[in-house]
Amino acid sequence: MKRLGLRSPEAGVAAVLVVAALAIGTANPAFWGWGNLFGLLRSASVSGTMALGVLVVLIAGGIDVSFPAFAAAAMYLSVRAAADWGWPGNIGFMFLLAAGIGLLLGLANALFVHGVRLVPLIVTLGTGAVVRGFLLGVVGTSVVNVGRMPPETVAFGRLSLLQWDAGEGRVQLSVAVLVWAAAAALVHLLLRFTVPGRGLYALGGDAEAAKRVGFDVRGLTVLAYGLAGALAGVAGLLHACLAWQASPREFIGLELDVLAAVVLGGASIFGGRGSVPGTVLGVLLLVLVNNSLILLGVPTTWQRVVVGAILVGAAAATALRERGLRPAPSITAPSMTTGA
Amino acid sequence: MDTEAAPVIRPRAATRALRRHGDLLTLAALLVLVFAAMSWWVPSGRFLRLANFEGQSFVAPELGLLAVATMAAMLTGGIDLSLIGVANLAGILAGLLFHWVAGVSRGPELAGLALPWVAAGVGCALLVGALAGVLNGLLIARLRITPILATIGTGQAFTGLALVLTGGPAIVGFPSGWQALGGGTPGGVAAPLWVLLGCALGVGVLLSRTVWGRTLTLIGSGARAAEFAGLRTVRATVLSYVLTGVLAAVAGVLLSARTNAAKSDYGTSYLLQAILVAVLAGTNPAGGRGSVPAVLLALCTLMLLSSGFQLMRFSNFLVDFIWGATLLGAMALGAVLRRGR
Repeated sequence: MKRLGLRSPEAGVAAVLVVAALAIGTANPAFWGWGNLFGLLRSASVSGTMALGVLVVLIAGGIDVSFPAFAAAAMYLSVRAAADWGWPGNIGFMFLLAAGIGLLLGLANALFVHGVRLVPLIVTLGTGAVVRGFLLGVVGTSVVNVGRMPPETVAFGRLSLLQWDAGEGRVQLSVAVLVWAAAAALVHLLLRFTVPGRGLYALGGDAEAAKRVGFDVRGLTVLAYGLAGALAGVAGLLHACLAWQASPREFIGLELDVLAAVVLGGASIFGGRGSVPGTVLGVLLLVLVNNSLILLGVPTTWQRVVVGAILVGAAAATALRERGLRPAPSITAPSMTTGA
Repeated sequence: MDTEAAPVIRPRAATRALRRHGDLLTLAALLVLVFAAMSWWVPSGRFLRLANFEGQSFVAPELGLLAVATMAAMLTGGIDLSLIGVANLAGILAGLLFHWVAGVSRGPELAGLALPWVAAGVGCALLVGALAGVLNGLLIARLRITPILATIGTGQAFTGLALVLTGGPAIVGFPSGWQALGGGTPGGVAAPLWVLLGCALGVGVLLSRTVWGRTLTLIGSGARAAEFAGLRTVRATVLSYVLTGVLAAVAGVLLSARTNAAKSDYGTSYLLQAILVAVLAGTNPAGGRGSVPAVLLALCTLMLLSSGFQLMRFSNFLVDFIWGATLLGAMALGAVLRRGR
């Protein structure tokens, strides 16, 4: 963690997060209740898990806007399989199935990006439209509601890590937070301490240099988009467990919020830069802002304006920082990218 | 044209001309192919009815304007993902202007608003597009924010503003002069089609016959080289986003004129479709290549494709699926062919 100095993007987001929390807490003391804080973590867990996948793709120098469609497909297909055929019948297997569906779809992205060498934005716009169109046009448009939801998903969604009875009701820390934390820990370990993880930074920093140093560019591209797909699948099913329903129209428009969070957390859209702690902080900040506008008395219609402004502001901050840092070795990217 | 008139055709110039027009010929062949396939597939000759094509000529121009705008943004290697937000905001602000001038939100007073006010509404919409373009252009060229992020962010903000202004529901009720822009048939041809053709001609001339147009292409081929060559890249780039913003605003005018309503979330599926049309037209998303006539040909091809599938009673979701698959297929095919060359 010693790389995360005071001037790092992570420190910047953390500072903004603390200031925002203090401001909201002062304006409305209800903010500081355990119930509200745990609720924020719970509602951040789904987009937070997706954000980890987007982070990996951004670090590798790509971009992904197809993950909401992938998440919806993985969620809807696995829930429908369980509801209609009673298969796979166990929550663990259901998560594996959802992750597997997401993984396969992510591999399609990797195929087009690396195999055919198309621009990632356009590839993922296309795969997203194809998957969503297939889901709604072929699989079905009906919402699987509470009554038809597989009981194991509802049971999983009700699990809590911590709970106690407070004065006005029960305070619970949802199991979803554990799923998010576990995914974050895994991605962090991958990025920091494994050769493929360092390779992702190298690939995003300079693809040609990474190839000459001897990294397997194809393997790394498959890893990045496959992991993003799998994490989207897990996040999708997690959402269904928490919401007790599965709709094939879910997550439309979520790509903007998640991208904003990841960029806010210091990841560069040019690749080679970004970290899990930064992304987690970015997601928390965005969820905080989104959920607290009401506490602050700001009409919800302003939400999109605020998110858009935050995205532009974060991107501008990153752009200015990058211009200042360009000649020096980057903070988070390994030195091998600059040595080539 | 020049090469035909020249007394001696140098072989390199000839192959270059062939290659340029070769792309157009490929597109024209594809158009004929789709037309033939749809005439054959769609049952009981419903595809070949005049009413079908007439209907398309009112709807397609909106998408055509957005596709031309996407192509123009891609020329410099950029992209404009805020087009839909700009289009809706422009329509909504014009609508609010009319409601404010008439003092009512429905009725004959609004419908009978004088033509100068309608012109003022068009001016207001175009101004919104130009200002949005200036904002995008400055963020991209001055602050050097990646076009994807800058325009996703501003698009979100424009849509958000539209939502704030309307509070959610659609603005319904436009003057009849405004509605004529979307539903009139001057000279027997749909008014939107006239608008599209006029804009396409203007943009085509601007991009291929002016210094500015060449500058954009050069920025797309190599931004650094263009800068070192002394071209004013910042100004040219900002102006290119002004152009895309204004085209989006025109699309917004047509959309609200045709439907007599404006809303913050209209036309969201146009974004993917506009990119698809531009890319199918041979525009290089990385910059440096794109042409207006090719975009028009690609537009016709895709409109025939989707109207055919709709006549065969495919659900709209499946049409989205086909658009996406066509985008990926066309790009993959193009990439494979280019590598083979």
